[in-house]
Amino acid sequence: MFHWLEKHPFFFAVAVFLTIAFAGLIEILPNFAQASQPTVGTKPYSTLELAGRHVYIKNNCMGCHSQLIRPFKSETDRYGHYSLSGEYAYDRPFLWGSKRTGPDLMRVGNYRTTDWHENHMKDPAAVVPGSIMPAYRWMFKNTADIDTAYAEQVTVNKVFATPYNTEIPMADGTKATVALAGTLDEAKAAALEEAKVVAADMKDQDVKDAVAAGQIPEIVAMIAYLNSMK
Amino acid sequence: MENRPLEYDYTVAKWFMLTTVVLGIVGMLVGVILAWQMAFPAVNLMAGEGLAEYTNFSRLRPLHTDSVIFGFTLSGIWATWYYVGQRVLKVSMAESKFLMVLAKLHFFIYLLVVVAVVGSLLLGISTGKEYADFEWPIDIAVVVVWVIWGMSIFGLIGIRREKSLYISIWYYIATFLGIAMLYLFNNMEIPTYFASGGIGAWYHSVSMYSGTNDALVQWWYGHNAVAFGFTVPIVAMIYYFLPKESGQAVYSYKLSLLAFWGLMFVYLWAGGHHLIYSTVPDWMQTMGSVFSVVLILPSWGSAINMLLTMKGEWQQVASSPLIKFMILASTFYMFSTLEGPIQAIKSVNALAHFTDWIVGHVHDGVLGWVAFMIMAALFHMAPRVYKREIYSKSLMNTQFWIQTLGVVLYFTSMWIAGITQGMMWRAHDEFGNLAYSFIDTVTVLHPYYTIRAVGGTLYLVGMFLFAYNMYKTMTSSRRVEESELQNASPMGA
Repeated sequence: MFHWLEKHPFFFAVAVFLTIAFAGLIEILPNFAQASQPTVGTKPYSTLELAGRHVYIKNNCMGCHSQLIRPFKSETDRYGHYSLSGEYAYDRPFLWGSKRTGPDLMRVGNYRTTDWHENHMKDPAAVVPGSIMPAYRWMFKNTADIDTAYAEQVTVNKVFATPYNTEIPMADGTKATVALAGTLDEAKAAALEEAKVVAADMKDQDVKDAVAAGQIPEIVAMIAYLNSMK
Repeated sequence: MENRPLEYDYTVAKWFMLTTVVLGIVGMLVGVILAWQMAFPAVNLMAGEGLAEYTNFSRLRPLHTDSVIFGFTLSGIWATWYYVGQRVLKVSMAESKFLMVLAKLHFFIYLLVVVAVVGSLLLGISTGKEYADFEWPIDIAVVVVWVIWGMSIFGLIGIRREKSLYISIWYYIATFLGIAMLYLFNNMEIPTYFASGGIGAWYHSVSMYSGTNDALVQWWYGHNAVAFGFTVPIVAMIYYFLPKESGQAVYSYKLSLLAFWGLMFVYLWAGGHHLIYSTVPDWMQTMGSVFSVVLILPSWGSAINMLLTMKGEWQQVASSPLIKFMILASTFYMFSTLEGPIQAIKSVNALAHFTDWIVGHVHDGVLGWVAFMIMAALFHMAPRVYKREIYSKSLMNTQFWIQTLGVVLYFTSMWIAGITQGMMWRAHDEFGNLAYSFIDTVTVLHPYYTIRAVGGTLYLVGMFLFAYNMYKTMTSSRRVEESELQNASPMGA
């Protein structure tokens, strides 16, 4: 059979393809519908948080930080409850990372504050002596891309029925709703309101001035995202 | 007329040889910068505060991985394809105008993609998936390049004189099919600009899969991009170049059959080992773990087949640096394909995952196996392509030892770093509290990061020696006759 295949390239290629495609069919497909169900308390991202998530991706934070707490005592002691599949239901892409040069960030919103992040992003070693993380000072100057974040919200709402403007059950029995603005201008206005809350806890005068003038620096969106990680 | 040897046309092979060398140096230079940044964070500011955004570790890291994978390695794969393909199929590129135009198109569109990738990664335009960082416009261009290569493979096969496909061709076909399938499925994404009616950045997209599913598809891709980029085509190379250079026949046809079909069947299952103790279902993690161990068989099948090909001719390892490169490559292949399965065992993975041990594993595979084999292939091709002897044998020897030392420093330091960090993360004191804060597990790694940076720098020095040797071979080495090009490559002192 193999000798015959080696003389018939078309059938050879078909045989190779079937052999390699087989594993994917069995391993990946069965889980697809089930794994995308959100857990109770998991909300889609707001416009500002999503813009912050884009800043996180733009600077490849996942190159050094994981977002996956494994079910070991040493990990739950350090980072909090181990990760559940449904908590990632609205993560496109997933940002688990593959290397922990720095600590896991899955629940960083539970134990760090806006103030801590502001100081840390400006000069990591001043907050954590011995840190090898680079400073991210340009985030204080660059403006966050709210338009693209809004475009992504509209897209996932339309294509994947991500539940914006819908009541979502929370862990404590209450309901929460994440708004999706009807127009880009409304989205920008809402993001700015959220940004003002973050900026109120910050010290950098340039950032405060920018937000007061209706601009949203990347660092504000980034901190909004980090604070949402619980 | 019938007995006249074929005149093979190496135009496109030569171009890809050039990009192999250039992108290899670029990718490894960036890697060395990253290594020094981890040892001494001040290096993040090497171009000043103003350019820090573009020179800091996190922005440069994808540039390193992508330029080594899709720059150096892919160029090497294509350089050898446009050389080996003609020779084992007994047909010249010059015989088909169509295939020639296709091959040139292949090269130039690839160059455009390289430029687009470097630009977009530096600007931080990324989908956020490792080794699949490119946004949709680049993905489409990648697909075009890939389809052209496929047409080139099957076009050349279509007009072949040698009816039976040699082992290397099996592996090139598998590379083409495997990457095509993986790349397409993993990069399923929706451009937000069009879906939202023209809002935001035109190049931005959102993944079709979310969370755990996205992770599953990504590591099915990520692991198998290693399979079909770093293993399958490199095995294609060694099956051609080692027998050619040594003048020995491949040890066992049956073993090569077993290794090929075994590798095809087993490799794809192993992707789950990247997701052990994550939120994907337990049975998948176990499958990934078990199949990773099974994977030792086909991997060692090829490696042992290659080592036994040298049976009775081991003195060549001492006398020829070119054979040395290939034998070390296949030894590192065995080593790396044993290390991988060990790391895939659940209890070992609990310790090793997220640590530098994984980084060490990748690099003993890529530096020791992939890069050594690609460089050996280029060394073997150079005299046949440029009709000049390899410029300097002693330079090759020097390069071999410098780079071998570099790899050894690299993986030993990363083993120690990884295991140290893994043990410190899980250490508890007598009251059951965590024994170390996270920063303790970072500062302790400083010496190992420094040793790794030295190892990487040595390897890069070797790359420059390689580039110089190739350049001299191309331009000013002694011209050789066809009769000198039978087996062992001619080399100057």
